Amino acid sequence: MDLSFSPEELAFRDEVRAWIKSALPPHLAAKAEMDAEFTHAEVMSWHKILAGKGWAAPHWPKEVGGTGWDASRRFLFSEELELAGTPRLSPFGLAMVGPLMIQFGNDAQKKRYLPKILSGEEVWCQGYSEPNAGSDLASLALRAEDKGDHFILNGQKTWTTYAQYADWIFVLARTNAEAKKKQEGISFILCEMKSPGVTAKPFLTTGGTPAFCETWFENVRVPKENLVGELNQGWTYAKALLGHERTLVAGIGISARALLRAKRIARDTLAGGRPLLDDPVIRTRIATLEVRLDALRMANYRALAGAKLGHAPGPESSILKLRGTEIQQGCMDLLMFLMGDNSLSWFNEPGVVPPREQWVAPGFNYLRAATIYAGSNEIQKNIIAKMILGLP
Amino acid sequence: MNFDLTEDQTLLVDTVREFVKKESPVERMRKLRSSELGWDKAVWKKMGELGWLGVMFPESVGGAGMTFVEAGLIVQELGTTLVPEPIIPLFVAGSAIAEAGSAEQQARFLAPSVAGDQSLAFAFLEEQSRHDPHSVRTHAHPAGAGYRLRGKKRWVLSGHAADAIVVSARSSGDEASADGLSLFVVDRSLPGVSVQPVATMDGQKAALLELADVEVGADRLLGGVGKAGPLLSALMDLGAAATVCEASGILQTVLWMTRNYLMERKQFNVAIGSFQALQHRTVDMFVETELAKSVAMLAMIKAQDPDAGERRRAISAAKASIIESGAFVTRQGIQLHGGIGVTDEHDVGLYFKRMHILATLFGDDAFHLARYASLPSFSANV
Repeated sequence: MDLSFSPEELAFRDEVRAWIKSALPPHLAAKAEMDAEFTHAEVMSWHKILAGKGWAAPHWPKEVGGTGWDASRRFLFSEELELAGTPRLSPFGLAMVGPLMIQFGNDAQKKRYLPKILSGEEVWCQGYSEPNAGSDLASLALRAEDKGDHFILNGQKTWTTYAQYADWIFVLARTNAEAKKKQEGISFILCEMKSPGVTAKPFLTTGGTPAFCETWFENVRVPKENLVGELNQGWTYAKALLGHERTLVAGIGISARALLRAKRIARDTLAGGRPLLDDPVIRTRIATLEVRLDALRMANYRALAGAKLGHAPGPESSILKLRGTEIQQGCMDLLMFLMGDNSLSWFNEPGVVPPREQWVAPGFNYLRAATIYAGSNEIQKNIIAKMILGLP
Repeated sequence: MNFDLTEDQTLLVDTVREFVKKESPVERMRKLRSSELGWDKAVWKKMGELGWLGVMFPESVGGAGMTFVEAGLIVQELGTTLVPEPIIPLFVAGSAIAEAGSAEQQARFLAPSVAGDQSLAFAFLEEQSRHDPHSVRTHAHPAGAGYRLRGKKRWVLSGHAADAIVVSARSSGDEASADGLSLFVVDRSLPGVSVQPVATMDGQKAALLELADVEVGADRLLGGVGKAGPLLSALMDLGAAATVCEASGILQTVLWMTRNYLMERKQFNVAIGSFQALQHRTVDMFVETELAKSVAMLAMIKAQDPDAGERRRAISAAKASIIESGAFVTRQGIQLHGGIGVTDEHDVGLYFKRMHILATLFGDDAFHLARYASLPSFSANV
């Protein structure tokens, strides 16, 4: 048993760390320092810097602009980005439709779409959930009517994150209402957001920012060439994507950074004239979460080592999203607790609370989504109960 | 990075699994718990012959010269059926002798236990020590060519049966000082040694040890006089790591025992495992069990790390984490079994009890969290 990264891997990590330090523009570095929320334009500017380096899609095959890094290097890279607090790139193009297209798309599609996903020239969003199809996604109702050389889309999607900025949306749409199983009548279709009949309206989230939208489709014409893979096979493709990059879903670096943020707030906050961080009760409270992150990190390393050796994902990889998101939320709870009365603050002028505390409350609110998105944790538990524990 | 077992390790684990399944199901422990010894000398001898007792000790004492990784793997498997033989006390006390003892002392005090002919215990807890191995009142005064030991030790695991006991004693320094501590090998049969066997909740036995001016020769001192502070810390970590490994084995059994019960037990005409509330609780147990397996690997790998800071950080993290996992899994294990889970005839309660012992031995969660938070690594980069 060997828990250490190899000297080459550690050198790689140092290289990534040094590069981030030099490449992250000062205004983004300043926001990263206070863990502020980045605007969409800021996220895209960072996307372009990463793309320029050839590091926007580390997990893609090399032929289409990936890096060829193994699972360990991808983990280290991702962790370094998270630890540095850099803007998190939108996953919908790079981590979702891109890999799906690489696996199931035709050559014309790969040629047309992949380069622009990679460069950040085109922004994507995801059209999966609907008002009446959440956890029961297969009951979705967005209709794609076959009109010979094109489809006509009618219906509504929701929780479409960043639809307000997107150039393209990929949707799961019903192409066969008569299929025996509802999963069998679904297709995977690409639709341009500026098509006539598409309307996206952002929600204001509890975090005080507009993240996700409702998106309507009213007689939207989509050429047949925008179908990915075969007709009525969309569910299969979407499911195949679920296991993608599962060794990165725990967000170890995100929580590690949050704990560092907690300690810094505790260091800078006085209680009875002494830093909170000197109080053993406070230290123990932080440590209680940190040791759980250490445990999850070990589970993540097990999954990583397995992936490197080409093993099928073991049971440990199924806990990463579940426990990773719980710990991320635990970190936000901890930060709010450490801020004490300052946690009452809500989008005030700079100076009302220290810069490091300015963005805690919005994150505390928005991160409630972490246990809901990408398959709610309850759905994850249903899957584990059936697939791993074999419960009826 | 690689967590696959080597061929030798796989063979070892398979052998222990086979033994556990065929020769030491929980019923064996159940029978033994009412006996005077609490374990079986014939089985102990067999463990010696199989090479388990000496797995982490040098070949010069008949050991296999492997590491704590292999020892941890054995302990983890033995935990799955609550095998009662005192292998953790041996690994800890034996490490004291292997680390600090001369070749002559190793041959004399460790080799017989490695062979399974004798057993060892480790006496470090006192009334006031509260998990701190440096909190020692037992005194060692120079007397003639040797030492006179006086003091009381508590909860010496398997001390009622051990032929020799490794005892911590102070020759200088105040009560909690890491300086001035020494380790002695004390035979149970020496004049002035009194051993009071006491029961522990898990059906095993420990000893309350009293040393009333026990005269020991200089040949009983392990390493330099007053120099055992760092070794005591290391032994504490080794013991904690062993409890983490055993706990991991326990949780795996409790998880699957509970899952199987949910498949068998019918209410409202269906298996209760079809109820989502119980499925989700079982998944929560599964998550904790996977974390437990993960920290057991962490403990195996780091238990003997020469970097004391890194060793402490990892072992404290592993112990604090598995205590939370263990409490959850064993409590919910009982809960999901319903009434039968609170009876002595069902095994789940035995695992619950053993988990409590493991959680407390070699430092509870409060101790390890406080220690973790006081290490330089906790404040690094802040």
